[in-house]
Amino acid sequence: MSDRKTLQVQKISGHPGPVPGAGTQRQEKVCKLIDTTTCIGCKACEVACVEWNDMPFQPTMFDNTYQTMPDTNWNYWNLIKFNEVSNDDGSFQWLMRKHQCMHCADPGCLAACPADGAIVQYRNGIVDFQEENCIGCQFCVSGCPFNVPKFNPSTKKVYKCTLCSDRVGSGLEPACIKACPTGCLHFGTKDDMLQLAGKRVTQLQQHAGLKDAGIYDPQTIGGTSVVYILHDATNPEKYGGLPKNPKIPLAFTLWKSWFKPLGLIASMMTFAGVILHYVTEGPRRVQPQPPVKEIDGGEARKDN
Amino acid sequence: MATPAERLGRGPDHFINRIGLTVVYTGELLRHRAYTRFLHWAYGIFFFLALLSGFGIYMPWIFRWFTPLFGGGAMTRMLHPWFGFGFVLFFGLQALNWFILMAWGPGDTRWIKRLKEYVTHRDSVEPSDVGFFNAGQKGMFWEIVGGCVAYVVTGVIMWFPEIFGRTPVAISYVIHDISALIMLAGIFVHIYLSTIGEPGTMQAMTRGTVSEAWAWTHHPAWYKQVTGRDPKQALDEASKKLGSTPPRSSDL
Repeated sequence: MSDRKTLQVQKISGHPGPVPGAGTQRQEKVCKLIDTTTCIGCKACEVACVEWNDMPFQPTMFDNTYQTMPDTNWNYWNLIKFNEVSNDDGSFQWLMRKHQCMHCADPGCLAACPADGAIVQYRNGIVDFQEENCIGCQFCVSGCPFNVPKFNPSTKKVYKCTLCSDRVGSGLEPACIKACPTGCLHFGTKDDMLQLAGKRVTQLQQHAGLKDAGIYDPQTIGGTSVVYILHDATNPEKYGGLPKNPKIPLAFTLWKSWFKPLGLIASMMTFAGVILHYVTEGPRRVQPQPPVKEIDGGEARKDN
Repeated sequence: MATPAERLGRGPDHFINRIGLTVVYTGELLRHRAYTRFLHWAYGIFFFLALLSGFGIYMPWIFRWFTPLFGGGAMTRMLHPWFGFGFVLFFGLQALNWFILMAWGPGDTRWIKRLKEYVTHRDSVEPSDVGFFNAGQKGMFWEIVGGCVAYVVTGVIMWFPEIFGRTPVAISYVIHDISALIMLAGIFVHIYLSTIGEPGTMQAMTRGTVSEAWAWTHHPAWYKQVTGRDPKQALDEASKKLGSTPPRSSDL
């Protein structure tokens, strides 16, 4: 939930007309920067997340790796993904990635959502679910390229990381940032984070021998408010669930914004059509009809 | 009297046709038995429940005022698949009841070719080969059968997205919408033709009977089948009695 004084809404799902209060206040885009090269997989961010959001701790599952559980959950929004990768040149990499909502500039969940006000995007870039308006259809799950929104079958609502919009609205950094012991997590304006990331990438390329090091800020969805520094930005799939070119299905962009209204108009035209038919052709009566007694004006149709 | 149920192999003594009562007065013909009428209104009700609840989800920025009818957005979302289930279930029973009557014949292709003449009322009486259902009714029936299959397949995928995954849901969503748009267009035509468009039709689905004049006007071949009389002759006699000139027909 947001502090209305500080978080200005930019986009609202399924909403008619303009966004109330849009553009009344200048706001910087915020960004979480995750440097996967310095992540040690300590899971302090996971603990900070469940602590701040008052969510229960989850039982862990052993699957012969360091992975504590297979995926995030409706009440577990932040998970370190451990990926053991054998490269083609015989080298081995153990890649750790903090997985949570990416807070896309062009959010697929928001595009897919049919409920008015169930998903909002603030001007600072945070995409937030408003569960009181959620109808539980789970279209957002289908619209998200990162498999982030998670459904709670008992409340029939969908939940995800809020980028601690409550903390950010009060001028604080997200809880996960505060907990990170290695400084692999940074929080600030998007411009600042991209600059910081650029410097770190240069350092990795020049001094650590990671020639493919780079920034993950996919432009196919307009960039994200969570940016990664990757050892190998040419192949983000290695990090598990990080698509190279994330896309929103056309069903939620082209179909929903254009063909749905047009299709409805086309369909409603048959209503206009039958009214027009009644007015111009009249009813088709059972035969025979009684002989015509009198015609008042116009030319009588001889065959009726 | 050969009735639709008889031609389906279900004689008038079939238990389903002994449910309810249909009183046929002099000058009338039995059109739909109580079981058929019950099914029609059952899936009719579920159709509108599914349609209105679907509207609220389809385009909430116009139709959000439909969702309070069903107890709010979340309740609408929860009920919509069950309304659809009711529609498909009862329509499925009707499809079993009707599918033989709905078989497409060469006369139906001829009827479709002269659709323009039908719409513009060129002839006051239907061609003599139009039976229990005309090709327009058969077309709509098979469209709904196909639409129901699409609804069920795509609906189940959207109902349980955690099983089917992201892309099938996105595709299903579009197909489900298209199917709904076609049926929405169809329902206007269906209601129009059965009420003000062709007066005397509605009672077939309420009391279950139609007038003989209705039968020889709209379904001459069916009239001939159930009465054994020539529809043209019956029409001429009725015209003479009424003192009007016999109406024009393409082949009568």
